[in-house]
Amino acid sequence: MSAVDVRNVSKRYGATTALDRVSLAFPNGSFFALLGPSGSGKTTLLRALAGFVEPDEGMILIDDQDVARIPSFRRNIGMVFQNYALFPHMSVFDNVAFGLTVRRMPRADVRQRVGEILELVRLDGLDQRKPRQLSGGQQQRVALARALVTEPRVLLLDEPLGALDKKLRQDMQGELKRIQRTVGITTIFVTHDQEEALTLSDRIAIIDEGRLIQVGEPGDVYDRPHTRFAASFLGDANFLSGPVRDSGIMVDRVGHIATTSPLPAGDATIAVRPERIRLVACDAATQDNRIEGRVAERVFSGASLTYTVHTDAGPLRVLRQNADGDVIDIGERVALVWLADHSVVVEN
Amino acid sequence: MRIESRRRWAIAWLTGPAYLWLAVTIFLPLSAMLYFSFQKKGPFGRHASEFSLKHYEAFFTKGYLQDLMWRSLEMGFHVTLLCILIGFPAAYWLARRIRGRWREALFLLIVLPFWSNALVRIFSWTIVLRPDGVLDRAVHLVIPGLPTIDLTDSYAAIIIGLVHSYLPYMILTCFLSLQAIDESLLEAARSLGARSWTILARIILPLAVPGLAAGSILIFVPVIGSFFEPRLLGGPKGTVIGTVIEEQFTVVSNWPLGGALSFILLAIVLLILAAASPVLKKHMSTT
Repeated sequence: MSAVDVRNVSKRYGATTALDRVSLAFPNGSFFALLGPSGSGKTTLLRALAGFVEPDEGMILIDDQDVARIPSFRRNIGMVFQNYALFPHMSVFDNVAFGLTVRRMPRADVRQRVGEILELVRLDGLDQRKPRQLSGGQQQRVALARALVTEPRVLLLDEPLGALDKKLRQDMQGELKRIQRTVGITTIFVTHDQEEALTLSDRIAIIDEGRLIQVGEPGDVYDRPHTRFAASFLGDANFLSGPVRDSGIMVDRVGHIATTSPLPAGDATIAVRPERIRLVACDAATQDNRIEGRVAERVFSGASLTYTVHTDAGPLRVLRQNADGDVIDIGERVALVWLADHSVVVEN
Repeated sequence: MRIESRRRWAIAWLTGPAYLWLAVTIFLPLSAMLYFSFQKKGPFGRHASEFSLKHYEAFFTKGYLQDLMWRSLEMGFHVTLLCILIGFPAAYWLARRIRGRWREALFLLIVLPFWSNALVRIFSWTIVLRPDGVLDRAVHLVIPGLPTIDLTDSYAAIIIGLVHSYLPYMILTCFLSLQAIDESLLEAARSLGARSWTILARIILPLAVPGLAAGSILIFVPVIGSFFEPRLLGGPKGTVIGTVIEEQFTVVSNWPLGGALSFILLAIVLLILAAASPVLKKHMSTT
């Protein structure tokens, strides 16, 4: 268990900058998600932590020791690869024991440690199987056991659940969380799946174009995105822009939109989450903000419905729980209302 | 029932040509040779066919034939070993270090010897290896004081020629095995604390066994039966079982002895493969 501290790390590949002076502190024992689109640099950062990529500049501190130029095999980290990277010619036991035998641990101790860790990932009894005789979820557990058995200082996961189908993914999310909590290891994982980041981690860092956009607890980052990118990548958002006027902005042809967030001088952009907007009849009581429009599109997704409403400020999306089964028809005129608290000022 | 019989016909029609081809090209000549090997005399002159085991007995009673067989096996072993020692690192380097156009160019260089006639290739080696030949001159250019290097008619010359001829098989088969190894396996091993040598011994080599085995078989089998390379490069010292067999057919016209020796050679090859097969099976099944 260790704290990891990344300071001013940069990495360039020719003309492209994969990491641009990234500084990020991973607290001891945290379950940290690196979230970003493909090509954002999140995987480069993880590989730099693992020692597969040497940063051009900056420091990577594990327990206050700079490991940026220390080879991978001396860092004592555990890594789970996207394709699991299990050794195909070795049994489950030998795969998991690999890190221990490399460290020349006595055979009896190896047997005991491997047994314990296989029990932790609930794979006891399968130790003589070959990787190809296992299901995707079981392979994932072997990879996890192999990474944890050496009691590494940090656990790194590269898109750990990407290769699994949805049902299995949800089961494994729970498993991962349970195991991480049992071991208490600092865990850093890369994902492009915002739902995975929100459900698994206790901290999220949003990365885009090699730069760190925002760090925080999932709820905070979701409720208070700093930028337009953060708001639209983590969850969905409607954006309204206009000149700042007394604790709000003036939106063309719509009027005043109120917010409780601090506002910059000049122009500002406000983000509103689709589920924070309520759809009401035009004559119903209003909230802090109100825009009228006509329902143009309705997408049914089981537990909820997403409406696209054409307003004078452009199309806005509204998410409505499918609680009582009543549905608003396309073409109907509605009012969109929301609280000033839910208008979040974001940078463009 | 009708569907069943039609299926059987379809299988017969589809596989029949392949079996016919095998029968004509392999089974018939081999059975003819097997027949001759059990005859007292070859198919020349007028005499009745007469069954005899004497040519097989000859191998077990004449010590020099066993010595030559042993010499051939030793030669096969040496050539295969050298091909592994040179070919595996070369294949590793090609598969994991070289990228893009360089790799294509190097591949061309490796395959190039295949495009020239084998006899021409071996004759060229005699020019390189003789005294005052290419090798001798090149070495003296660097270190002038050395005595003359004469590899004419030597075991070393045979080995050099054979290794040169068969090395591409080893490089190509190992390359295919090595290229199939996922880079993330090596990264995983490294992240678990393994250094380069450990990774080579415990990950790369075991996963390359199919390539090494295929290459070894492709080299060992023809090398122990080779005859013109030992004769041209080894001269009087180049007598091996392959040259003896060839002489029975082309010089002495003793087909039955040639046939018998060929089948003994074939049996030894099959025995070696059978002995190696449990090991091979274990490794092949993992990939």
